[in-house]
Amino acid sequence: MSTSETPVKQLDRVVIRFAGDSGDGMQLTGDRFTQESAVFGNDLVTLPNFPAEIRAPQGTLPGVSSFQVHVADHNILTPGDAPDVLVAMNPAALRANLADLRPGATIIVDTHEFTARNLQKAGYAADPLATLEEPGNALEAFQVHPVNLTGMTVEAVKEFGISRKDAARAKNMFALGLLSWLYGRPTEPTVTFLERRFAKAPAIRDANLTAFRAGWNFGETTETFAITYAVKPAPMQPGRYRNITGNLALAYGLVAAGVRSGLPVFLGSYPITPASDILHELSKHKALGVTTFQAEDEIAGVGSAIGASFAGALGVTTTSGPGVALKSEAIGLAVMTELPLVVVDVQRGGPSTGLPTKTEQSDLLQAMFGRNGDAPVPVIAPQSPGDCFDAAIEAARIAVTYRTPVMLLSDGYLANGSAPWRIPAVDGLPAIEPGFATGPNHTKADGTEEFWPYLRDDETLARPWAIPGTAGLEHRIGGLEKGDGHGDISYDPANHDLMTRTRAAKIARIADSLPPLVVDDPSGCSNVLVVGWGSTYGPIGAAVRQVRAAGGKVAQVHLRHLNPFPKDLGEILRSYDRVLVPEMNMGQLSLLLRGTYLVDAIGFNVVRGLPIKAAELADTIHELIDAASDTPSRREALR
Amino acid sequence: MTLQDLDIPRLRGLDLVPTSSDKQTARDYSSDQEVRWCPGCGDYAVLKAVQSFLPDLGLRRENIVFVSGIGCSSRFPYYLDTYGMHSIHGRAPSIATGIATAREDLSVWVVTGDGDALSIGGNHLVHALRRNVNMTILLFNNRIYGLTKGQYSPTSEAGKVTKSTPVGSIDHPFNPVSLALGAEATFVARTIDSDRKHLTSVLSAAAAHRGTALVEIYQNCPIFNDGAFDAVKDGDTKADAIVPLVHGEPIAFGTGGSKGLVRDSLTGGVKVALVAEVGIENVLVHDAHNSDPTMAFAISRLTDGGVLRQAPIGIFRQVERPTYDDQARAQVAATRAATAPDQTPEAQLAALLGGGDTWTVG
Repeated sequence: MSTSETPVKQLDRVVIRFAGDSGDGMQLTGDRFTQESAVFGNDLVTLPNFPAEIRAPQGTLPGVSSFQVHVADHNILTPGDAPDVLVAMNPAALRANLADLRPGATIIVDTHEFTARNLQKAGYAADPLATLEEPGNALEAFQVHPVNLTGMTVEAVKEFGISRKDAARAKNMFALGLLSWLYGRPTEPTVTFLERRFAKAPAIRDANLTAFRAGWNFGETTETFAITYAVKPAPMQPGRYRNITGNLALAYGLVAAGVRSGLPVFLGSYPITPASDILHELSKHKALGVTTFQAEDEIAGVGSAIGASFAGALGVTTTSGPGVALKSEAIGLAVMTELPLVVVDVQRGGPSTGLPTKTEQSDLLQAMFGRNGDAPVPVIAPQSPGDCFDAAIEAARIAVTYRTPVMLLSDGYLANGSAPWRIPAVDGLPAIEPGFATGPNHTKADGTEEFWPYLRDDETLARPWAIPGTAGLEHRIGGLEKGDGHGDISYDPANHDLMTRTRAAKIARIADSLPPLVVDDPSGCSNVLVVGWGSTYGPIGAAVRQVRAAGGKVAQVHLRHLNPFPKDLGEILRSYDRVLVPEMNMGQLSLLLRGTYLVDAIGFNVVRGLPIKAAELADTIHELIDAASDTPSRREALR
Repeated sequence: MTLQDLDIPRLRGLDLVPTSSDKQTARDYSSDQEVRWCPGCGDYAVLKAVQSFLPDLGLRRENIVFVSGIGCSSRFPYYLDTYGMHSIHGRAPSIATGIATAREDLSVWVVTGDGDALSIGGNHLVHALRRNVNMTILLFNNRIYGLTKGQYSPTSEAGKVTKSTPVGSIDHPFNPVSLALGAEATFVARTIDSDRKHLTSVLSAAAAHRGTALVEIYQNCPIFNDGAFDAVKDGDTKADAIVPLVHGEPIAFGTGGSKGLVRDSLTGGVKVALVAEVGIENVLVHDAHNSDPTMAFAISRLTDGGVLRQAPIGIFRQVERPTYDDQARAQVAATRAATAPDQTPEAQLAALLGGGDTWTVG
């Protein structure tokens, strides 16, 4: 495709949202635009947003599916608070997304779908496109480009003899072609993608390729768009990159943990949104020794993983919040039997079925405390899609080293969102040592040797992992309280007190293996500290940058480990006057920090099913800085 | 991948489990734990039978795993000197599925009861049976909740008066054999705790079966449901109460073989008839290997759902079907063989991570 003669305007960043009906292929369109931008070298962050219904009633507001991508020539952290461009494939998509746009935003609409019936379904009393020229019209604040996307697509692909329905379905590629022209994106990746994807259906392949090119050519040959835009590549650390979603990175991390530990990975799982993609992905990697078992329910998923761990595999179960609730008793069994287990919770809006396709961080307290008895479990969380890879390896390291179930808290935003990921060297990944027991570890009074399944390692307090097939180490474990050392059933009161404390001490010991926290405080004299965990890393980071750009002084620290907390966290918290804790829940980390460190953690809590908006958080940080400056500074006193 | 692609060899139950040349005795399989069932409990007899039977398998003891759920019978693994897990209520089949799928070299046993397997764990039981995972499930059926002290169970007869049903249970009971056959289990048998010889022969056949073998064991609870199985144990009544199932033999019973099973043209099922009236040539010959479970199901319906006065005993069904775990391992092996078999796992991982659309900076 030739380059355009149209004038080019340089942008440092742009936020584009593709929106249409659930069946319009908006996720694919957004994903392709993302891949083109990734290969071009931009930094980017994406936000897919779709309804729980596979095909909600066509043309309605609940059926709108969207994909937002933020593309920049510099390092960015969020998918953007407000889109600069909206592509709306029908009236419902326009209406559902209009309020999110920044004033002056560009809107491209498919006029073909603005029929009386569709307008009515979307709740429009009158066609908003009909009054564009009139002052005070509803779209006055925006630059609207009405384009007959469907009509031109059908016309362009009629030579391939496909049905009108199939022809119309290629309209998303027309839209992609147009946007690719408008933003100077490379087209080769999408051409290659379409050739591969529809290799077995030549007519559909050619129709999609033609629609894609027709969209590009439409932009170039008409005068609808006076200028095009360019966003230069972003400077990045040298290396090889790919764009990756959190679920894919998490699956890869589990595969890598298997390779680096030499353990076969066994996934026992029951499908649940938004975690199912991890099951799908791992089922492809049998060549790397991964076994996946789609169980009859959540409990069987975790039960089979515990069985596989007992048998010497790396047992993993993947789910979302409702699934964790069902698995709770079995996770308690893994606590009691002290077997390695990775429990992945891709959090979604709750309680109950809640918002299955929307994001939330509201399972932290469930992960911490959602079991009967004192049943401590390490909890860790990734902070970006690519970080899901490292977090999965870290979860496996803790599970295997300390013989314990580990909760890995991803969320819907990380799971489906994507960002560039620097591909790591395999030999640089952490090694995990299973250290199976091979012989007796205890000598009886009469001098004979025997195996004690609950005799612990002095450093980690981990018990030996003796797998079936090892002669002489036959032993029985279970959910009943175990006697210290020998591991026989014990109802002794003092023993239960000791074992309860020992289980807690073992989890606390994990903190010995953690690196010190990195506090981002460039001025060194901030009074306000923002503490986050998980996927709020991006919005918090963006908000902190905005505050600093406006002259505010603020420090940031982000937690990967929620249980145990890093050893230096208490001291860090106490050295700031104000501690702000933004979370996509009603204050779960705040509660833990208050309870653990007796600090006055201030919550910033949003549960809209979407990532926190950086600008809103920045306003709150500014207010806190102002408030802190009115009172004597603790940091000053400390200095 | 189809079954043909996977090229799974025809295996018997324990073919991949390493054997031992050492002479083993029941003592080798007895752990040092004190057995703590109530005096007179049927579980003692089953434990003794299992401890005596395991040496006959000639397996390496360390390659045997017993998994149980919760209930009186689920204490079983503690008393056997093998690997074992006393897990949580109803979940033993799922834990055993993980063990059996992860390791082809283990002999996996599940010990469960009527509450554990049929009430709280009913889902896992039926799914293990349909998947046909290579494991043997011993279902101790005493038709009562023992560990929680005497509530009715999902196999208790309707009308049963217990602590939780002072005016009688209104629950319709499960017939475990019918349930298992309905789930298309490949091996289904019933035996009695006090008949050591029959119990051992059924255990032997179950262990030799590749796939999920379900063995229902009628087990007396002397505390909360004493005498529930007297009809099939009492010397005066058992000849008429036990419908004996022996593959290839006519299903005849009663004093002197006076009664036999014949087809019931009215119901499509089977019924008991006097041999003298119908003629021995018309008595059904038991075919446990019939791929169609219909007849086995019809026979299972002759079990009294109320107070037990009559029950078929023996192997109802014993057919071959590829197991879940063999196929899962075969898929892994076939994929490995087809995908860069000479590459190290590290190299394969590097290729995976670097796949897809990539670009290089600097």
